[in-house]
Amino acid sequence: MVDLSVSLNGLELKNPVMTASGTFGYGEEFADFIDLSRLGGFIVKGTTIAHREGNPYPRMAETPSGMLNAVGLQNKGVDYFISEIYPRIKNIDSNILVNVSGSNIEDYIACAEKVNELENIPGIELNISCPNVKEGGMAFGTSCASAAEVVKAVRGVYKKHLMVKLSPNVTDIAGIAQAVEAEGADSVSLINTLMGMAVDAETQKPLLSTITGGLSGACVKPVALRMVWQVFNAVNIPVVGLGGIMNATDAIEFMLAGASAIQIGTANFIDPAITVKVVDGIEDYMKRHGVSNVTDLVGALKA
Amino acid sequence: MKKILDFKLLTNELLNQETYLLGLECTEKMPDIKPGQFVNVKIDNSPETFLRRPISIHDVDYENNILYLYIKMLGDGTRKLQEAKAGDLINILLPLGNTFTMEYTEKPLLIGGGCGTAPMLYLAKDFYMKTGKKASILLGARSKTDLLRLEEFEKYAALYYTTEDGSAGEKGYPTQHSVFEKESFDYIYCCGPDPMMQAVAKLAKEKNIECEVSLENMMACGIGACLCCVQDTKEGHKCVCTDGPVFNIKDLKW
Repeated sequence: MVDLSVSLNGLELKNPVMTASGTFGYGEEFADFIDLSRLGGFIVKGTTIAHREGNPYPRMAETPSGMLNAVGLQNKGVDYFISEIYPRIKNIDSNILVNVSGSNIEDYIACAEKVNELENIPGIELNISCPNVKEGGMAFGTSCASAAEVVKAVRGVYKKHLMVKLSPNVTDIAGIAQAVEAEGADSVSLINTLMGMAVDAETQKPLLSTITGGLSGACVKPVALRMVWQVFNAVNIPVVGLGGIMNATDAIEFMLAGASAIQIGTANFIDPAITVKVVDGIEDYMKRHGVSNVTDLVGALKA
Repeated sequence: MKKILDFKLLTNELLNQETYLLGLECTEKMPDIKPGQFVNVKIDNSPETFLRRPISIHDVDYENNILYLYIKMLGDGTRKLQEAKAGDLINILLPLGNTFTMEYTEKPLLIGGGCGTAPMLYLAKDFYMKTGKKASILLGARSKTDLLRLEEFEKYAALYYTTEDGSAGEKGYPTQHSVFEKESFDYIYCCGPDPMMQAVAKLAKEKNIECEVSLENMMACGIGACLCCVQDTKEGHKCVCTDGPVFNIKDLKW
């Protein structure tokens, strides 16, 4: 028997496999394909205090081994989530985290306070790294001072697990991670999407309505692995790794580089059942390598 | 219920220089599929085409467990799929999206333009099976060589067509066809290029006819998770993959 369970600073996961916000809807979109209770956790769509329409179409472009998106946090607001969606998903036997975003600190606080009241939501993922909104979002996650400020404010009102999602669009991600750790973050997740752009040479137009967007998928994996390794060596709180994880081998690589848990994003679009295949694949790997506890893999890189 | 299933390619027929028809045998029991729904097809794992491609459903043969897809080569994905050989396994996510409204009226008109004719065959067939009557169908093409599968359409529908160059049927666009002067319709179902659908929507509004259109925005997931394929509607951004692909023109900003 192998033990797949992971404790993220008090947040107990039955296995290290989670899903990335914005790629998994509210979980229920995937209920036809997988048993959601097999996931260590899932992180629902980015949620803001008020309804957001998001950016105009087109919002997506396929690029070599990746995709650009410019959705822009489209969601119906936290009150709609609480009244309409939460009752439908709250009894799923997994850890459901809400990804919380805002245009200013007051919005983050107000949204986090509301989610704090939800009994079956054991944590939030604070999104200070969305590259697709004009105000807030990534602006908070690109300097140590502003990242610390928003985490401190939310920590003041949010009592459960506080995961902070970091932006890769910075010069020193380890410094940002240390800043949010100092203000009471329980864990960090990384990486959000890398800012990118795609152009159609024939029409001489950008492929996204917003010109720039967030790059995800297999092509970002080496960057994400490097950043997970750097952050793992810089902080004492658990690191949740994501960025281009397409299969169980990728997931193992992130754990070896220091991730205590991982999130699957873009791969959900290609195979809606990929998450449970990764859980099974991690278990197979552990048996092959004689690893009894999945936590033994964390940071076990032979460097 | 949506499923991820492997289909075995039986036939791959090139209909003209840029359009082909795939006959795909389901390796399990074919799910129940309604007119207007679509599938999301896995192409390959190559760096250029790793995302699935949404394709509308042309026909379903439940007796022989075969799904038919009528596809125009528009990009790398649809070009690669055309190279598939008999016996190849193709992974398909289905059935996706809403359906055409199938509370059939007395005198519907189905309009298909370009590869937008694809979903019209299955709709015409369903109408014929349920009502015992043939609906009217109006196909629009650039030229005679783009008018495809006419004998199939004629099995289930009274057929009219236009070509832009006048090489077959009436010359012009579908909205200019004389059938609109000779007959009156009480419902329009339409799929085709955006400018054509908008012209049809305008005509339907002028004639006060209910009208549904099937949209074709770029998608990633096909199941309402990524929010990439949105259409701007009177109620804000809606996912073409789950709120559509079929929309009543009253709900669009056209």
